[in-house]
Amino acid sequence: MDAAKANRRLIIRLLMASVLMFGFGFALVPLYDVFCKVTGLNGRITATGPVDAMAVDTARSVKVRLIAINNEGMPWLFGPTESLLRVNPGEMKQTAYRASNPTTRRMVAQAIPSVSPGEAAQYLHKINCFCFDSQALEGGDAIDMPLMFMIDTDLPESIHTITLSYTLFDISPDKTGTAENDAQEGGSPI
Amino acid sequence: MSTMDTAAPGVHEEHHGPASGIGRWLFTTNHKDIGTLYLWFSLLMFLIGGVMALLIRSELFQPGLQLVEPGFFNQLTTMHGLIMVFGAVMPAFVGLANWMVPLMIGAPDMALPRMNNWSFWILPFAFAILVSTLFMDGGAPNFGWTFYAPLSTTYAPPSVTYFIFAIHIMGASSIMGAINIIATILNLRAPGMTMMKLPLFVWTWLITAFLLIAVMPVLAGVVTMMLMDIHFGTSFFNAAGGGDPVLFQHVFWFFGHPEVYIMILPAFGIVSQILPTFSRKKLFGYASMVYATASIAILSFLVWAHHMFTVGLPLVGELFFMFATMLIAVPTGVKVFNWVATMYRGSLTFETPMLFAIAFVVLFTIGGFSGLMLAIAPVDFQYHDTYFVVAHFHYVLVPGAIFSIMAGVYYWLPKWTGHALNEGMGKLHFWCSFIGVNITFFPMHFLGLAGMPRRIPDYALQFADFNMVATVGAFIFGFSQLLFVWNVIHCIRSRETVSAQVWEGAHGLEWEVPSPAPYHTHTTPPRVE
Repeated sequence: MDAAKANRRLIIRLLMASVLMFGFGFALVPLYDVFCKVTGLNGRITATGPVDAMAVDTARSVKVRLIAINNEGMPWLFGPTESLLRVNPGEMKQTAYRASNPTTRRMVAQAIPSVSPGEAAQYLHKINCFCFDSQALEGGDAIDMPLMFMIDTDLPESIHTITLSYTLFDISPDKTGTAENDAQEGGSPI
Repeated sequence: MSTMDTAAPGVHEEHHGPASGIGRWLFTTNHKDIGTLYLWFSLLMFLIGGVMALLIRSELFQPGLQLVEPGFFNQLTTMHGLIMVFGAVMPAFVGLANWMVPLMIGAPDMALPRMNNWSFWILPFAFAILVSTLFMDGGAPNFGWTFYAPLSTTYAPPSVTYFIFAIHIMGASSIMGAINIIATILNLRAPGMTMMKLPLFVWTWLITAFLLIAVMPVLAGVVTMMLMDIHFGTSFFNAAGGGDPVLFQHVFWFFGHPEVYIMILPAFGIVSQILPTFSRKKLFGYASMVYATASIAILSFLVWAHHMFTVGLPLVGELFFMFATMLIAVPTGVKVFNWVATMYRGSLTFETPMLFAIAFVVLFTIGGFSGLMLAIAPVDFQYHDTYFVVAHFHYVLVPGAIFSIMAGVYYWLPKWTGHALNEGMGKLHFWCSFIGVNITFFPMHFLGLAGMPRRIPDYALQFADFNMVATVGAFIFGFSQLLFVWNVIHCIRSRETVSAQVWEGAHGLEWEVPSPAPYHTHTTPPRVE
């Protein structure tokens, strides 16, 4: 009897450990974001929203390179209006990306940013960005999508160039028109 | 219903012997029966996975596309990996644990016999589901056994859902098996069998079982996230929805690295049983073996990102994971040192299990060294995703895990059957396997260093010679496993009986019960001095 009780206690503990580890797997998702923010891993987490004005550091200027990438199967024409900017830390900078929808139907897109080098991500404040929301365009329409950002004066001296890239994803509710995409899914990857 | 009827009387006669007919195997709660089931199942999976390996090697015999479509080639590599890891190696170790742990610690059976029956009998369903995907529209999973997102989500064939379900079932089976083993070891030891008297196979399995409980749920979690991404519109791994494919790799390898130790720690245990027997000496450094195993298990949670050096980790991350990985060489080195010291000045004889065990020590060490090379982050950028990686993990898994399983089977088979092995055929099997495995996997090191990528059905001309050699080796190794099957069947049917001790230098509770081990053993707990 004692053995049965000991077994039961052990089983309950081990099952609880299993359930806990199952939960831990999911907890890794938010933990990963925290981890990325702390370490600047992947350059995915940038500071967003309004910032306090800072004294502009005119002594240094940082190159900001703007890049646009279309995810596969995304037919939009997408690119920055200026591809290279010189920015003083603390200076509020406004620029834009231009997108046009060459197809004949309404499409919705979402831009996902990435900053390189990763440790620069936390010093890039995005005050306003088209990537905050999804963008809808009727067939044949074009749009200038604003981007307003500031580089923190605390940016480490070693960083001279920051590359800000946007990947545009097709998130249209009906992706029927993307024939290339369908072919990719059905066939072999090569 | 007829099976039920024939099985029903068996329930009442359980204390006398096994029930007859198929019911014995379906409803059995006997640890020896379940161990046998696990081992036969694992042998079947080993042969299926082996046929896939031979198909892969046949395609790679020459450059160009000969035998199989590239899409099917990808399905083969994926299924080969999944079947060998989850179907061959892991169930074989669980089978050995079922057979030997109660015998070694003086327990009458496993602590939770009914759950034991379940943890085996859900496995055939899991693998039936997995293998059936080969015949589905769009084919079997083709994204590699590591199933990285988005290959396994956005671009996966429809059969991925079956794959996910199969993984869930395998995970449940492993977790139940692990709980059972822990409960048995902690609660059912014979009087006087203190923790530091446990045979090393029991110790390594105890630690492995804790690893299983820690990481199999994480695997279940990651495939559940995939399922939700595919069918329920979440974006765990989908960048368009704010997720991150790199996250998949982190979660997967958080499971995956401890998983590779799950596949090697019991092997350490088996070898630590066999070497002392045939050296006729006690195991050198018992306590340090226990601590080394525990340190390897703990370190296994801190090194997962060494599989992902090339995804763009920060420098600090690369350095941390590089040094943490190299640190594992220390406890592993302690183990290899102890094995060699056990053999040093022993009076050695080279029966089949001993040959496999010695080959394990030598070839596993080679695999360990190539692992150490891969751990160096800056050079890993060159080795990553090449045949060097394939050579490395096959060296630790085939002449590592698989050789240890074969050593264990040859070592304990006379105890299970009561019959002697055919030593000549055993040695023939060993030498064919030993030569075959080296001809297969050693050239892959050079292919990898020269830049041949893994997971491809075709390759550049300069890789042709070594690939041809590797394929020849693979066929030698593959077909020599038929000798293994013959040896096992021969031993079961042989009439030459063996003593209870079987091997001259064997010591431990399992060698004190008669051969063949009766259906019920240690019904009154033995006393351990």
